[in-house]
Amino acid sequence: MMADKKAGLKSQEYFINMGPQHPSTHGVLRLLLSLDGEIVKKVEPHLGYIHRSIEKMCEFDSYGQIVHLTDRMDYLASHINNEAVCLAVENALEIEVNERIKTIRTIIAELQRLSSHQLWWGVMGMDLGAITTFLYGFRDREMITDIFEETCGARLTMNYNMPGGLMFDIHPDFQKKVKAFLKHFKKKLPEYDQLLSDNVIFRERTVGVGKLSKEDAISYGVTGPTGRASGFSNDVRKQEAYSAYNKVNFKEILYTEGDCFARYKARIDEMWESMHIIEQLIDNIPEGLYREKMRKVIKLPKGEYYQRVETPRGELGVYIISEGGMSPYRLKFRSPGFSNLSALDHMARGSKIADLVAIMSTIDLVIPDIDR
Amino acid sequence: MVFNIYDFTGLTEWIHEGLSRSLSPGLTLVVEWALIGAGLLTLVALLGLVLIYLERKVSAVIQQRMGPMRVGPWGMTQTVADVLKLLLKEPLMTRNADKFLFNLAPFIVMTASFLALGALPFALGLHIMDLNIGILYITAITSLGVIGILLGGWASNNKFSLIGAIRSGAQIISYELSVSLAILSIVVLTGSLQISEIINTQQNGWWLFKGHIPALIAFVIFLIAGIAELNRGPFDLPEAESELTAGFHTEYSGFKFAFFFLAEFINMFILAGVGAILFLGGWLPLHFGIDNSFNHVMDFIPPIFWFFGKIFALILLMMWFKWTFPRLRIDQLLKLEWKYLLPLNLLNILLMAFIAMQGWYF
Repeated sequence: MMADKKAGLKSQEYFINMGPQHPSTHGVLRLLLSLDGEIVKKVEPHLGYIHRSIEKMCEFDSYGQIVHLTDRMDYLASHINNEAVCLAVENALEIEVNERIKTIRTIIAELQRLSSHQLWWGVMGMDLGAITTFLYGFRDREMITDIFEETCGARLTMNYNMPGGLMFDIHPDFQKKVKAFLKHFKKKLPEYDQLLSDNVIFRERTVGVGKLSKEDAISYGVTGPTGRASGFSNDVRKQEAYSAYNKVNFKEILYTEGDCFARYKARIDEMWESMHIIEQLIDNIPEGLYREKMRKVIKLPKGEYYQRVETPRGELGVYIISEGGMSPYRLKFRSPGFSNLSALDHMARGSKIADLVAIMSTIDLVIPDIDR
Repeated sequence: MVFNIYDFTGLTEWIHEGLSRSLSPGLTLVVEWALIGAGLLTLVALLGLVLIYLERKVSAVIQQRMGPMRVGPWGMTQTVADVLKLLLKEPLMTRNADKFLFNLAPFIVMTASFLALGALPFALGLHIMDLNIGILYITAITSLGVIGILLGGWASNNKFSLIGAIRSGAQIISYELSVSLAILSIVVLTGSLQISEIINTQQNGWWLFKGHIPALIAFVIFLIAGIAELNRGPFDLPEAESELTAGFHTEYSGFKFAFFFLAEFINMFILAGVGAILFLGGWLPLHFGIDNSFNHVMDFIPPIFWFFGKIFALILLMMWFKWTFPRLRIDQLLKLEWKYLLPLNLLNILLMAFIAMQGWYF
């Protein structure tokens, strides 16, 4: 301080608004950064720019309608969001859907996880300045969205699930297309490593950056690949197997480093695991109805119901309080992004602005999921 | 008219004589300046069009897409359309921005590029000025550009711009050292700062081949540091799209933005030009051995094509870097320069001086 005064210089922390319009917040997230030169002193996320009061709207909708609203939360995992509500409703009604529905749901969910991770990979590279990855990610994602389009007519907000089953049966070409995709992507995924994972600059930018210890991950409720990269075993697919996950054999990816590179690797490895899961299911989709016989009007018995599923970003919880009517008394989503975002300040403190961007992209934020 | 594509001396002398026969010496000079100015402007405009189109297509090839395809055949006139759009755009300015400096900044950047372009020899007898300290002049002039960037970032009254400007100041001033030292290691061999002299010393082989390993090291360092000085990826921290939105030119729009944009491409051309002059023999053709048919074929290709060919080869290399590498962080960037490149460079110069002293180069 004395030296500063002598030279007549005054240094002070300053604030910068990163967002709501910013290329690397991936949506309308506003981060109020407190900076000392290039060093991040504090990150304060401000939400509310894309709030659509989905939870409140749910209180006036029937359970069939609620499913459609969940598409608009985590738009990169719309099928898994749908599934969460459907499973909650089915559990409350004590309906067990048949194996065909379960298997198809699982395959689509894993395809969705792949497509979400592909997009994340592209965007991650772009955030670090390697724009080419974005196009590569999108190239491979296109095949999955084409499969979705053929299956249910939509590419992003799918609405394929409904309480009691699926909207339509799978397309006759479904299995062929999925196998073609797997064959294609098995060749392309090593390319991802060649282009980004093994790049010296990329390693420099991610290894040891934005560390999150296991204890912190648990106390912040950080789930999904972000939490698993810190050694926090939290895969809902393993712990509370829903749909067809109890029939398949897969590894839960765990890393202990908790830095950006571990989070990156966790997602890359998850892509391999997802492909492994699909491979086990795709050839033995059982015969059966694609939709169970349900009553037209769904009324849940009075009570509280909770269902959690594993989205590409972590654990999504659906908490329904029913008074016995056609719509819930209260519906609460536990979105993975919200809890993961809460750890951002902890991870980013003391690092550079460039690190903040890297950390943000390894958390894999989807803003409409955080800000419902 | 004595036009000869292998030697432009006759052409320039013919113009000079023709002008001085009908005009007074002072007026002759003015007309010649005007001609040179017009020539440079045309070159810059053409380069802008070609390089931007090239960047788009190269990035498209790397990214497995088509690039611009709609405007004109294969999207060739896309850049013209973009320039028109930029011309018609409203020049916006932030509140409380320093108007004078804000408007001045792009011109400083552009002027620096133009001045440096004046010292490049495009072919035998086709250079604007052949100073006896030519290469020193280019290094001095190109470092003026950073003033424009700093001013632009400072005057924008935007914190993102300011961070970008400060980053670019730190970056360009640091990497200037490495560029200059890499240039110096070739000057050690040539013993001259004059560009025509440097090219002439390479008549029997390019310095990249003649100078042994030190020349190769100097070339690599020159490329790395040069790209960093250009603010191009992977060293595009001052712009850092994903961090600082657009860095120092966040607040610029319309033609002032186009100036920054164009200056970047012109600087890339200048850097590739200097690289070609120092390491790849400028406009000299590629020769292997003495007096064989391969050399005669190479001699048949006019020098101007050689020079532009080498420049575009280097530019393509730079584009390849930009579209495949992620960006460095500011501390890593400075660490690379001060801890690795600079000591290596100093050692390299010592080695080069030793080689030059012993006369071990060919």
